[in-house]
Amino acid sequence: MVFGYPIPASRECPKEALSFAAGALITPAMNDPGTLDGPVEPEGGSSDAPGSEGVAEKAHPGNSLPGKTLPESPWLHHRAPHTNRPHRPASGWLHRLGFGADAGAKLRRFARQRPITSRSMVSLLAGGALVLWLAGTSLHRIGAQEQGLVTRFGAYQRTLGPGMAVTLPWPVEQLTSEDVTTIRHTTLPEGDGENLILTRDGGLVNCIFDVRWNLSSLARYRFSLADPERTVRDSAESVMRQTLAEHRLGEGLGSGRAEIEETARDRLQALLDRYHAGVAIAGIDIRRTDPPAKAIDAFRDVSAARQDADTDVTQARAWAAQMIAHADGEAAAFDKVYEQYRLAPEVTRRRMYYETMERVLSQTDKVIIGTPGVAPVLPLPALPLGPKPAEPPAGGAH
Amino acid sequence: MARLPLLASTATPVQRLAMLMLVVAAGLAGASLVIVPETETALVLRFGEPVRQSAAGIAWRLPFVEQVVRVDKRLIDVDLDRVQLTTADQQRLELDADARVRISDPVRMIQTAGTPDRLVEQLQPILDSVLRQELGQRGLAGVIAAERGPAMARVRASFDREARDYGVSVIDVRLKRVDLPEGAPLDAALARMVSAGQQEAAAIRAEGQKDAQIIRADAEGRAARTYAQSFGKDPQFYDFYRAMQSYDTTFAQKGSKTGIVLGPENAWLRQFRGPEPGK
Repeated sequence: MVFGYPIPASRECPKEALSFAAGALITPAMNDPGTLDGPVEPEGGSSDAPGSEGVAEKAHPGNSLPGKTLPESPWLHHRAPHTNRPHRPASGWLHRLGFGADAGAKLRRFARQRPITSRSMVSLLAGGALVLWLAGTSLHRIGAQEQGLVTRFGAYQRTLGPGMAVTLPWPVEQLTSEDVTTIRHTTLPEGDGENLILTRDGGLVNCIFDVRWNLSSLARYRFSLADPERTVRDSAESVMRQTLAEHRLGEGLGSGRAEIEETARDRLQALLDRYHAGVAIAGIDIRRTDPPAKAIDAFRDVSAARQDADTDVTQARAWAAQMIAHADGEAAAFDKVYEQYRLAPEVTRRRMYYETMERVLSQTDKVIIGTPGVAPVLPLPALPLGPKPAEPPAGGAH
Repeated sequence: MARLPLLASTATPVQRLAMLMLVVAAGLAGASLVIVPETETALVLRFGEPVRQSAAGIAWRLPFVEQVVRVDKRLIDVDLDRVQLTTADQQRLELDADARVRISDPVRMIQTAGTPDRLVEQLQPILDSVLRQELGQRGLAGVIAAERGPAMARVRASFDREARDYGVSVIDVRLKRVDLPEGAPLDAALARMVSAGQQEAAAIRAEGQKDAQIIRADAEGRAARTYAQSFGKDPQFYDFYRAMQSYDTTFAQKGSKTGIVLGPENAWLRQFRGPEPGK
């Protein structure tokens, strides 16, 4: 066997051709050195063909030209028999792999007995395609966050969880899988516009909110609703409208936000369950509730008014505290002085009088008229209506 | 060992016939089997008359005699956009409503409407009239809060009655939007909101001022009480004490240019005249 491609021996092709082909890929040095110059005589033995065509030309009985030898035809040479080939050790690579000692020879014999024709190539290809088809459409891998739906000829069979899944191959069963646990977001409204919703008292709220949801049952999601995403969106819009319509404007704008979110979430879940939508609502988040753009100034003014009122009250409180503290302080001071006064009334009174006079008269201009009965003419200075720039001369003492 | 001839040219007549018959059989099988997905039901019609209905899976039919029509089993949306409604109190409103319906009688549906699209087209006017009938009797507040009462349930029931003629059953009807139309109604509502806001702002400010005043008055009262408790112990001494403080404040500031004329009988100058005779 050469290069693993056995040459068919069952056809009517001379064994010599076999040997030749085998030997052609072996270096000539493998021939018996002694026979290099001349034709190689058939050495006999097992490699002899049953027919006698392999005999060297020289001794051909059919040679009718006396005295002339026909040129040697290389095709008729009987090359060195297989036994002269370098002896492949009986224990080859197969043996080293663990197969038997003569596994190589057995394999060669087997391969020669089962030749590959073009027909068998086709059946090999067909077999390969079959395996591919089976493997490709029967084995599926379902991701950790997914579920798979198995349909047999279109009819729903079962739902499979994450992991490897085996189904019947393609035309019979089909598997589609989808992510069920990842939370999806739907924002209402889409785009940048205002979304004005009427409240119970006729006010308008511009409400923008988010719905977070995922799938609870893939089979229901796929088979119950024609357009599940749109249904979720429309239902959310309707539920939010209904919920806001039950609250007053003030609650809608701020104070009732958490309660509105929760009520809307519960209602939306109940609604989708009625539709068998297979959707689980994780939550509704109100991103903005504002008055409409045109009325927003008036509402800002309300906040400003609240702040103003707070400021007023705070200032009043500060003033009040100051006043009370002042009163307390004065009362305490008086009480202290009064205690001293009680101990020595006349003395304290005089002392206080003199002390005050000192303070007062040292800061003022004084005119002392000592003589009784004198009625001087005192020029009255202009009534001071503010601090004078220079000191006026003191009146003379008489 | 006989091998299958893969090329017809090498086949024997018998083999060729066999292959032909195989192809024809495959074609027939393909024509008579229909795969019906889970979301639909198949209706088999013979010369236009429905013969049987089959669920999901494989449906079969006689190839040229019968036809298969596939009908959606899922919930179908019937949307109604921008319905102009005038309420009982002459308020104009714009509604978006939608209904979820299911084809309950496919035979009927095929006979009356044919395809789901045409079905929706035919159901929309019915929904419109049913809505108007029910909601037109209510006032604005009633329409806004329509889901509260039995109004939408009645709408659903009436719509369902009409829709049965089309082989359809109505699951529910909901209002998606209730809007004031652009123009006068919307502007009027906005103006109302603006004035309400202004009123509220004014009220809050007034309230704040009132509270501040009360606090101030309260504090003054308490201060007065403190003074009275303290100074009332000796009104005469208080008078003297307070007078001294007053002189201090008025005359004793640096820079106050007051002139004082001290007459001979002035109390401060009492000792100035010298000791009293006999003292």
